Amino acid sequence: MKLTAEGIDWTIQGHRLLNDVSLTVAPGETFGLIGPNGSGKSTLLRVLAGLRRPKRGRVLVDERPMRQMRQRDIARAIAFVEQQAETLDRVVVHQVVALGRTPFLSPLRPWSDEDDAIVGQALDDVDMGHLAGRLWHTLSGGERQRVHIARALAQRPRILLLDEPTNHLDIRHQLSILQLVGRLPVTVVIALHDLNQAMACDRIGVMEAGRLVDSGPPERVLTVERLRRTFGVQADFLDDPMDHGRILRFRHAL
Amino acid sequence: MNSSIALSPPVRLPWHWAWLAPPILFVAIMAGTAIGETSIPVETILKVLANQLWGAGYAVDRIDAGIVWNYRLSRTLLAAGCGAGLALAGVVLQALLRNPLADPFLMGISAGASTGAVAVTIAGLGAGTLTLSLGAFAGAGLAFGLVVLLAHAAGSGTGGGRGAQAAGAIILAGIAGSQLFNALTAFIIARSASAEQARGIMFWLMGNLSGVRWDDVFLGLPAALGGLLVCLWYRQALDAFTFGADGAAALGIAVNRVRGVLIGAMALVTAVMVSMVGAIGFVGLVIPHAMRFLVGSRHTRLVPASALAGAVFLIGADVLSRILVPGQVLPIGVVTALIGAPAFAMILVRGTRAQ
Repeated sequence: MKLTAEGIDWTIQGHRLLNDVSLTVAPGETFGLIGPNGSGKSTLLRVLAGLRRPKRGRVLVDERPMRQMRQRDIARAIAFVEQQAETLDRVVVHQVVALGRTPFLSPLRPWSDEDDAIVGQALDDVDMGHLAGRLWHTLSGGERQRVHIARALAQRPRILLLDEPTNHLDIRHQLSILQLVGRLPVTVVIALHDLNQAMACDRIGVMEAGRLVDSGPPERVLTVERLRRTFGVQADFLDDPMDHGRILRFRHAL
Repeated sequence: MNSSIALSPPVRLPWHWAWLAPPILFVAIMAGTAIGETSIPVETILKVLANQLWGAGYAVDRIDAGIVWNYRLSRTLLAAGCGAGLALAGVVLQALLRNPLADPFLMGISAGASTGAVAVTIAGLGAGTLTLSLGAFAGAGLAFGLVVLLAHAAGSGTGGGRGAQAAGAIILAGIAGSQLFNALTAFIIARSASAEQARGIMFWLMGNLSGVRWDDVFLGLPAALGGLLVCLWYRQALDAFTFGADGAAALGIAVNRVRGVLIGAMALVTAVMVSMVGAIGFVGLVIPHAMRFLVGSRHTRLVPASALAGAVFLIGADVLSRILVPGQVLPIGVVTALIGAPAFAMILVRGTRAQ
């Protein structure tokens, strides 16, 4: 599915968090969002997920304006993994992942074996099957993050929006989640802090003070000059002799 | 890997215990009808029931029959309806506001309903059960709106749920709201009620099931059942609020509509109950928490379990209110508070530790 944003503005209490943001993500593409803290990545993802209605501009899912879609139909197409969504409820892992089936259930269409299979698959995809019966508040931050990703996978979305999904993960699970996301035949928009990870995206967009200042293939967008201007760091690119990939080496803050 | 190995969490009643619900309710109603200043044998109760419902024509002492049919049975059934309704209101408020301390009594909804009902009584807009309920509903809605606005203004939203802080804000706003509406009630009584009216109203305000008539039962039970059906219909939506309002929206819940319908329905149920039996506290707080431990937090189970437990709890509280002090009937609100306040303290302490 194609996801399009056209001239999105978002203001809260006089602060303009998004300023005329336009982007198109092609079906099956993985689009990385990078930018410093407070540049508007999370807000943009919320607007794209249909959780915030833009003050100006519009979001299109394929060619359909999101404003005309029912919330349920949006959730059937788009899954969103927030940063640090927490609960005080006594819920177990399986229960949280099962929430991903909500858009497909109704009072008259209850839980089925197929839903069970989908939830089981999603748990195994993030390597949490063995913890399905664990209570939420006994999980570590990384485990919680993986459960949220499994919940999103259980929605069987065609567009997946991820807000810094590798934040609390150990390195093994960071890599396995990114590999998993890369393998999925869905459109992905992913906010990332690790710029080396961002280089694996098909395209990346750079956010700066609420504006999307550049977007394109990583090798074109991520330049020494860009890192200096947007992130305020001095960095160099190194060549990896193993696969001739480029690696960012950060020297110091400017 | 097989993910179904460790599905059942600790302390969880399996579904096949559900068949116990009707017998439990039946036994509770029988006990509520049998126990009191004069004990009445269950056999007599069943005979009275058979006489009244099917004209069976058993020979029963007329005084016993009167006590069972006109006094105890109607009172017990209304207690059941009230308990179920208030427990459901607690379940819904806790789920939607993401706040373990949300409860119609603590949040001032009951106080607002009282003010509305008293205003209607004093204004003499027809003392019918229905007009009382409507007045109470208006008061309840007003109080809820005020408390939520106040909690919101106090710096913590009602959607995100930042743990102890949000819980605290709701409770503080609830105290302010309750005080305001209780003061309004007192003001209306002092200004406009006759001494006799005032005495009656004060007794009713404490929560009182004396003088319940069948008319009340015919309004109270459908209200509770309606509340139960609404909650069951929205059970999946209630689950979807586990990670807050944004989490629910991301799962396809039309958050504003669902909140409006559910909170409106629960304010109505609370208002109906308050207008008949006064503000009974702590049912909506204690029962849902107890049931979460017993049946887990899925609303498919939590909603029916809380309705049943609330019904049984309030029948029990009513029985206690009749036998605790010989020769005198305590206001039922006193009994629920005696049980509920320690439970409230426990939830508060546990909640703070969980942060």
